[in-house]
Amino acid sequence: MYFESMAAALQMEGHGAFVWSAYLITLGAIVLILYAPRRREKRFLRQLEGQIRRSGGKVPGAAKEV
Amino acid sequence: MWSLFHKFGSPPWLYRLSGSILRWLLPITVIALVAGAVWGVLFTPPDFRQGNSYRIIYIHVPAAVVALAGYYVMAIAGAVSLIWRMKMADVAMRACAPIGAALTFIALVTGSIWGKPTWGTWWVWDARITSMLILFFLYLGVVALYEAYENKELAAKACAVLSLVGTVNIPIIYKSVDWWYSLHQPASIKFTGGTTIDPSMLYPLLLMIVAFYALFTCALLLNMRAEILQREQRTAWVRRLAAAGESD
Repeated sequence: MYFESMAAALQMEGHGAFVWSAYLITLGAIVLILYAPRRREKRFLRQLEGQIRRSGGKVPGAAKEV
Repeated sequence: MWSLFHKFGSPPWLYRLSGSILRWLLPITVIALVAGAVWGVLFTPPDFRQGNSYRIIYIHVPAAVVALAGYYVMAIAGAVSLIWRMKMADVAMRACAPIGAALTFIALVTGSIWGKPTWGTWWVWDARITSMLILFFLYLGVVALYEAYENKELAAKACAVLSLVGTVNIPIIYKSVDWWYSLHQPASIKFTGGTTIDPSMLYPLLLMIVAFYALFTCALLLNMRAEILQREQRTAWVRRLAAAGESD
């Protein structure tokens, strides 16, 4: 490691707040772009499963096989 | 070649293929992102002029590079959707927009944070930064335009035209630091001519660029899968998938 201690790595000679905040914001954005579509897919499948159960195994309009 | 092209047009085939790709690509992407970030932040020497603030380069440059490449992917998907009316190209075009917007957002915000200790300001209206802001609005424009239309076929056409027209902005972004006086530094990595960055700083940067490309691919496939299921919700294969209570 370039830095002598974790405290020095956090401080980065006065640049720590800039560097770490940039990385935290990026981490948040990456988690969001990976998690949001996965959540959308799971939620949609759950809703459709509920619809199928309520309609006794059929989904309105379900006929096509592609 | 044409049979592969036709296969890509098949939603269930694409859904299953993306599932098997994501199973190995997603963990590799996460490992590469963590490894590249730790290497760049903790194990490289500081820049002789900028000190430690330069470490933002390991997220700023990859995000910007992939945000630009992602726009080409979106525009090509838009062109395929317009010319061959291929539904899966339309799905890919729509899937690119939020990811591109997020990557452009990362590039703009990290650039702004980097600007403060380096240039003494969070923001300047110079050519590179302003054209990146336009890219951000183009991505958001595609997202908003798609939602604005009730008729999704019309929405796809309008988005494809917007993404194609927007490609004019990409060479402007690339060349802005050469064409206009700018606070933003010119490219450090060049395919032609010498690279002006030390190998100890270059290798983690290259790793992060590859990791961001993999991230874009993963996010694209995840978005496409969600979109495919919604569009194909009346088909038997989606119904079976939902009834089984799990995704591929």
